[in-house]
Amino acid sequence: MTRVTQAFVARLADSVINLNGPGRYVHWGFIQISVANLVVVALMIVVFVAAIFLPFPEHGRRDR
Amino acid sequence: MRFDSAEEGLAAQADLPEDALQWSARLRRAGVAAFPPGRLLPDRQPAYVASWIYVFGALTLAALAIVVASGMVLAIEGPTWWHLSRVGLFVNSMHLWGVELFFFFMVVHLWGKFFMAAWRGRRRATWITGVLSFVVSIAAAFTGYLSQQNFDSQWIGTQAKDGINATGAGAFFNVLNFGQMLMWHILLLPLAVGVLVIVHVLLVRRRGVVPPFAPDPGDLVASEAVTAATDLGVDGMAAR
Repeated sequence: MTRVTQAFVARLADSVINLNGPGRYVHWGFIQISVANLVVVALMIVVFVAAIFLPFPEHGRRDR
Repeated sequence: MRFDSAEEGLAAQADLPEDALQWSARLRRAGVAAFPPGRLLPDRQPAYVASWIYVFGALTLAALAIVVASGMVLAIEGPTWWHLSRVGLFVNSMHLWGVELFFFFMVVHLWGKFFMAAWRGRRRATWITGVLSFVVSIAAAFTGYLSQQNFDSQWIGTQAKDGINATGAGAFFNVLNFGQMLMWHILLLPLAVGVLVIVHVLLVRRRGVVPPFAPDPGDLVASEAVTAATDLGVDGMAAR
């Protein structure tokens, strides 16, 4: 990868999400949580709900 | 008596009546009784395991394997390598993201098992070892932050010391003592997590994967009730 391409990819990644700075926090009453941790918690909830409701592939079941 | 191979000879010497009271014979009998090979490494799982929510225990184990393997490489090469070389930075990141995924999968696994009341059916010890694995893993992760060998770990150490000292544990668990924290992180806590996880998995194999709650017959139409009754036998094991 050339230096120009590397710089372009880095700039592109920065434009989507730039983690090079102080963290951002959400304050809600006595609750204080970083946006990064809030995103992870939200993702866990999404994955948990998806794991319950998404159908599991049935191939390989010999007993049906 | 002559044998063609050492294995044959050893097999013939096992379970001799005169050795029945030896500790090795008793331990072997107890081990085989608790974990017959078919239960320890089964070919099939109950029908109810065909759900994504049952996948997260195995995903947690896979992430733990990545964490342990990458941690071993970091231990071999040392902090200069993991901070300054490209491959070192990659392995260091793999260790960090392995831990992120380990906790991600473990929390989803925990939620799934909590809402299934996974301690049912004599599975209390399975649940307790799972909870202990979670708690000890958190301690392992925290000592990992202290073992980075950078300004971040120094900052976290100075912030953490007041909290630890407030508990009274600071006298023997000094977060500003790098050598002590490194030993906790790469020896004692991984050993504890490893033992707990092995016991947890053995208990899962011994007691079986927890079945979902049996459906309330009033909520089912007649054909579904027949299917559910066929699928769930005693303790929810597949009847077919």
